[in-house]
Amino acid sequence: MLENYFPILVFLGVGIFIGLAPLALGRLLGPHKPDAEKNSPYECGFNAYEDARMPFDVRFYLVAILFIIFDLETAFLVPWAVIIHKMSWLAFFGMGVFLLLLLIGFIYEWKKGALEWE
Amino acid sequence: MNLSQAIIELIWIVLGIIAIIVPVMIGVLAFTYAERKVLAFMHVRIGPNRVGPFGFFQPLADAIKLLHKEIIIPAVADKFIFILAPVLSIAPALAAWAVIPFAQGWVLANINAGILYVLAMTSFGAYGILLSGWASNSKYALFGSLRSAAQMVAYEIAMGFALIGVMLAAGSLNLSQIVLAQSGGIWHWYWLPLLPLFVVYLISGVSETNRAPFDVAEGESEIVAGYHVEYGGMAFGVFFLAEYSNMLLISALVSLFFLGGWLSPLQGIPGLETWFAWVPGVIWFLIKIIFFSFLYLWLRATFPRYRYDQIMRLGWKVLIPITLIWIVVVAVAARFNLPPWW
Repeated sequence: MLENYFPILVFLGVGIFIGLAPLALGRLLGPHKPDAEKNSPYECGFNAYEDARMPFDVRFYLVAILFIIFDLETAFLVPWAVIIHKMSWLAFFGMGVFLLLLLIGFIYEWKKGALEWE
Repeated sequence: MNLSQAIIELIWIVLGIIAIIVPVMIGVLAFTYAERKVLAFMHVRIGPNRVGPFGFFQPLADAIKLLHKEIIIPAVADKFIFILAPVLSIAPALAAWAVIPFAQGWVLANINAGILYVLAMTSFGAYGILLSGWASNSKYALFGSLRSAAQMVAYEIAMGFALIGVMLAAGSLNLSQIVLAQSGGIWHWYWLPLLPLFVVYLISGVSETNRAPFDVAEGESEIVAGYHVEYGGMAFGVFFLAEYSNMLLISALVSLFFLGGWLSPLQGIPGLETWFAWVPGVIWFLIKIIFFSFLYLWLRATFPRYRYDQIMRLGWKVLIPITLIWIVVVAVAARFNLPPWW
């Protein structure tokens, strides 16, 4: 069972190596002459006005929160979907109730304007 | 199991990984060449034609050029995360290939939770992009990565829901079993019974890989190059490799989930089926991957870039309702064994 996952672990290691190897090669083969102008952040030619880590739009947080709700729902749906032919009717319609609640929540978000990007 | 056996097994696993990664990398190189040629022909241009016959060695020349460019690390950047980000974006893009069945039994890790693993790996790519934008400490990079992260999470919901439909139809999370559940000819592949989910998956796949017409994360005409504006040389090259292997991966996944993977399209047609019985399954799989890869380029040449609010509207207000409705339809059809498919 679990040993099936061992090749995946090795594959991830190889993937990390394939990411690091070109970086190391590039560092070895390429020139390395840093100066203050070259190392300044890019901002269309002039010096950067301020730190880039300024406040950004709160809607990005909203999208992230909505994503967590819906992704959790996907996680609940997965085991239900796989045993669709084997489960009891209670389980089948139980998920129907769950989907209905979620649908109501989705309509509420929509009406509240949480999905609007002007 | 003693030590020498374990080492031998490890060597076999590494050989298997090499047997997957080398064709993927060749595919990526061929894809970058194909992209420039196809786009050129669609624009009635010639495209690269200087390096080798028909410019065929252009990708190799590009790789050598990138290797000899300086990797600039901005002074205000978070150096460790700045280096980590490209690695974080390519490692999952390659590792996802571990569970892809290339033909009957040709799979490195035949795990039961294949779909979940693939979903995890494709969404892991968001970390690479998000961290690169944050670590660069540049405004354009931060905007690009924020846009990309919000876009990816929005389309990932639609993608996950579309896959729920595939699970309902196949009754399994194992990719090989999903393909086998589609056997019986082209009309039994899931593109037809799950047509809306197929379209949704295709669109969200293009959006997940940040490709045109959803490439606002890079948007060269508004935010220069987005999340990789501060990356140069091979640090950019690694992002580039990750993006193209992700596109190949999405093409492979669409073929597996909706177009019957390695199954022959001639199954069930008398005469033709036996004539083409000698064609190995991996060839059919390759043809399907190439078709969807070509679709990526076709989309890029055809459609202008979407506005960001249009992208979010499409993701939240169109794709998610469609998938929600179709999950209910598929669930009822599967439960009651409705003809013609269940």
